[in-house]
Amino acid sequence: MNTIPIYTTKDFQSDQDVRWCPGCGDYSILAQTQRVFPDLGIPKEKTVFVSGIGCSSRFPYYMITYGFHGIHGRAAAIASGLKIAHPDLSVWVATGDGDGMSIGGNHFIHACRRNTGLKILLFNNQIYGLTKGQFSPTSLQGQVTKSTPFGNIDHPFNPLSLALGAQATFVSRTLDRDPKHMQTVIKRAAAHNGTAFVEIYQNCNVFNDGAFELWTEKDSKDDNVVVLENGKPLIFGKNKDKGIRLNGFTPEVVSLIDGKYTTSDLILHDEKDPMLAFILAGMSGIQNLPRPVGVVYAVEKSTYEQLMQNQIDDITTKKGIGDLEKLFNRGETWEVK
Amino acid sequence: MAKITKNIDEVTIRFAGDSGDGMQLTGGQFTTATAFVGNDLATMPDYPAEIRAPAGSLAGVSSFQINFGATEIRTPGDQSDCLVVMNPAALKVYLKKLREGGSIIANADNFNEKNLRLAAYESNPLQNDSLGRYQVYSVEISKLTQNALKDLNLSPKIVDRTKNFFALGLTYWMYNRPMEPTLKWIKEKFAGKEDIIEANTRVLKAGHAYGETTEIFTVRFEVAPAQLPPGRYRSITGNEATAWGLMAAAKRANLELFLGSYPITPASEILQELSKYKNYGVKTFQAEDEIAGITSAIGASYGGALGATNTSGPGLALKTEAMGLAVMLELPLIIIDVQRGGPSTGLPTKTEQADLLQAVYGRNGEAPIPVFAACSPTDCFDTTFEAARIALKYMTPVIVLTDGYIANGAEPWLIPRISELPDLSPTFVTNLEGFAPYKRDPQTLARMWAIPGTPGLEHRIGGLEKENITGNISYDPDNHHLMITTRAEKINNITNDIPPAKLVGDESGDLLVVSWGSTYGAVHNAVETKRNEGLSVSHLHLKYINPLQKNIGEILKNFKQILVPEINLGQLIKILRDKYLVDAVGFNLVRGLPFSAVEIENKIDEMIKRG
Repeated sequence: MNTIPIYTTKDFQSDQDVRWCPGCGDYSILAQTQRVFPDLGIPKEKTVFVSGIGCSSRFPYYMITYGFHGIHGRAAAIASGLKIAHPDLSVWVATGDGDGMSIGGNHFIHACRRNTGLKILLFNNQIYGLTKGQFSPTSLQGQVTKSTPFGNIDHPFNPLSLALGAQATFVSRTLDRDPKHMQTVIKRAAAHNGTAFVEIYQNCNVFNDGAFELWTEKDSKDDNVVVLENGKPLIFGKNKDKGIRLNGFTPEVVSLIDGKYTTSDLILHDEKDPMLAFILAGMSGIQNLPRPVGVVYAVEKSTYEQLMQNQIDDITTKKGIGDLEKLFNRGETWEVK
Repeated sequence: MAKITKNIDEVTIRFAGDSGDGMQLTGGQFTTATAFVGNDLATMPDYPAEIRAPAGSLAGVSSFQINFGATEIRTPGDQSDCLVVMNPAALKVYLKKLREGGSIIANADNFNEKNLRLAAYESNPLQNDSLGRYQVYSVEISKLTQNALKDLNLSPKIVDRTKNFFALGLTYWMYNRPMEPTLKWIKEKFAGKEDIIEANTRVLKAGHAYGETTEIFTVRFEVAPAQLPPGRYRSITGNEATAWGLMAAAKRANLELFLGSYPITPASEILQELSKYKNYGVKTFQAEDEIAGITSAIGASYGGALGATNTSGPGLALKTEAMGLAVMLELPLIIIDVQRGGPSTGLPTKTEQADLLQAVYGRNGEAPIPVFAACSPTDCFDTTFEAARIALKYMTPVIVLTDGYIANGAEPWLIPRISELPDLSPTFVTNLEGFAPYKRDPQTLARMWAIPGTPGLEHRIGGLEKENITGNISYDPDNHHLMITTRAEKINNITNDIPPAKLVGDESGDLLVVSWGSTYGAVHNAVETKRNEGLSVSHLHLKYINPLQKNIGEILKNFKQILVPEINLGQLIKILRDKYLVDAVGFNLVRGLPFSAVEIENKIDEMIKRG
């Protein structure tokens, strides 16, 4: 039996010059990925990073694995073909909010729906970076960008809700400024059997600086982020003094110190609960609610490539391995002498 | 009254009726029986784009034409000798394609007031003298069918559905075809439904007996078997042959076949056909759109499968950017375009040759792709196999052009032995020593192919310009020029790996007719006719459009005039003029229909006369 070599972070660091802008959140994503990969137990040669176009999509060049830098929006489709043809590969998609949600939106939702075993890292910076500052499908309404000088009038996507709506089996969110958390989430995604979606809040310090600072900066994040942990109540705040409870179907922030509510009144996170997942995902963008990060939803469901293999095995058991010569000569044939 | 049997060399029959009348099935059965006799044959279905156009309407007419004979058959026939019509609309639509003096077998029961009105007939053509130039057999097919089944206690709807078998049985009698293949088919198709088997069997036999016993039919025809090369044959459509060509190529390359596809008329049958063969090393992926169809296939090829995608014109347009990516990545990929009438949605169920320039040139940047065109249903197999050979050997996408006419048409196919087909096995790099992603074979200029899963060869490729040899991203101006010219040279070099073009006729003369794709049969027949009349005309047919065969320029020089018939406004002719500076003349009819040989013949006459 082949044993997997013991890797270090360095084994995944390529010799290519990294060409992201200094201070870009992408550096952290790259670093955390390189840091966790030695722990995943996947042989390097079995790992493929597929990307589309954009800043995020330079990612494959910086990893010493197999890499495929595709065309705008199509990473998930390319990766799907690769994964279906070769289910033994660990196929990762590095994409951005423009690449993955706009031009590649169709491929994204279908990759979620099919559960094709892809690991999709969405670098969400709420802006087009490589084309220099136009709004993206996750840009905020009112956001002034190069192509919306009077403010953006588009309603933004909430990537978590989109992924859930598309029947994804693993939906999560993490932050470029929280390395430990990101490492945990990436590891969870890697271990998931099926398509795993990871939204990463990633700061574009050139075109959309500070877009996520409320949730990433030291003095504000504790009061504005709730870290989801399976089986645990939704508690947050600098002093762990706030929680989220459900009022009907509506989540609301309650104080844990004024005596009205205790932790037993709070939402207990259950990664397998699809209804709760929609509620948690929906908290994004609602004023006065903290932003949830972590694994929102994770369920086991048969993967596309496994179902395909089952069909192949089933038919092969019933009919035997196909013989082309026999197939060509099957049915109505006749001999000319 | 004694019946006379006449021997004839060649016949064309068209079955026409409402979409719901089962004309495609009837034609298919007639084809099987005809193949069984050993005739050579060619078929052409013609059906509306709508699944169910209003019953009895002109738009709802569906037909199936078959040309068969004791000699080599190259087209489904220009005009039919016999027209079977199940309603007035079918007569209205196809009468103009019936030769003068031809036979009409009409289901008289359906020539009622309502149907006549729907077909815009003022009076019943079967009862006035408007069809005086034809031999009309007015048969109460519906009533005769009902009579044959009256003791079976079937619903009138089911009874009515079997009436096409009456027409089939009658034509079997008329053209002396065996009923056994159809009787066998009925038993298999309706296994477990004894009453349906009985009904169809009875009606087929009733139709046959009607011909035998009724006085109105005095002549039946005998068409002797054709002298085809010896071997085992089957009937095959172009789309089936394309699908099987892909399977045969993957088998001979020892690769898994991956088809990434999105349904589109008239190419969907290729996806449907391949989806049946999961135990043959075939994976089909019905993607979310055309772009995912091709990009998933590129992903599969990247992983070491034989990636293929199939589509029609509008889909090819959507795949354009991804084709450029495949050029940049230098990965094998088969792109099949079953052409249909365009532009835009155009005429989805009709044929055309108007994607040629899209295939050859339609990409951003300098993105050369080999383009091969199939000329007949069975040639779809050979052309697809050849495309795979080139794709794997040269690490390049290859476009195969077929069209609706040959994709849906069928002809006898000499079944090849898989083991006798060329070995297409590629060499995957496994050794780190000397490996660089864009290091090339000095002869073919194909780059090295290392697939994910190979330890030590981890590398990155992508759509950005590559540095020569290393494959690293490069913005260097001279490197870009080098890579552009190298990719072009690689494709041009393929001309050394394909056989020289063969002429039919003399090597020089007054006129050369140059054809490509599905016009082959009509042009071949026309040139043959004119040569028999003593005209100095030859025929050059092109399978390889890009690159062109080496000797084309030499051939073109030796003729006073060059005629290029195409079902477009002149696309191959642009390439020939560009490449060889020849003063070729186009003959262009874009009607969604194949050329008839007569049309080509008339054009040849006109050209020769003009001199």
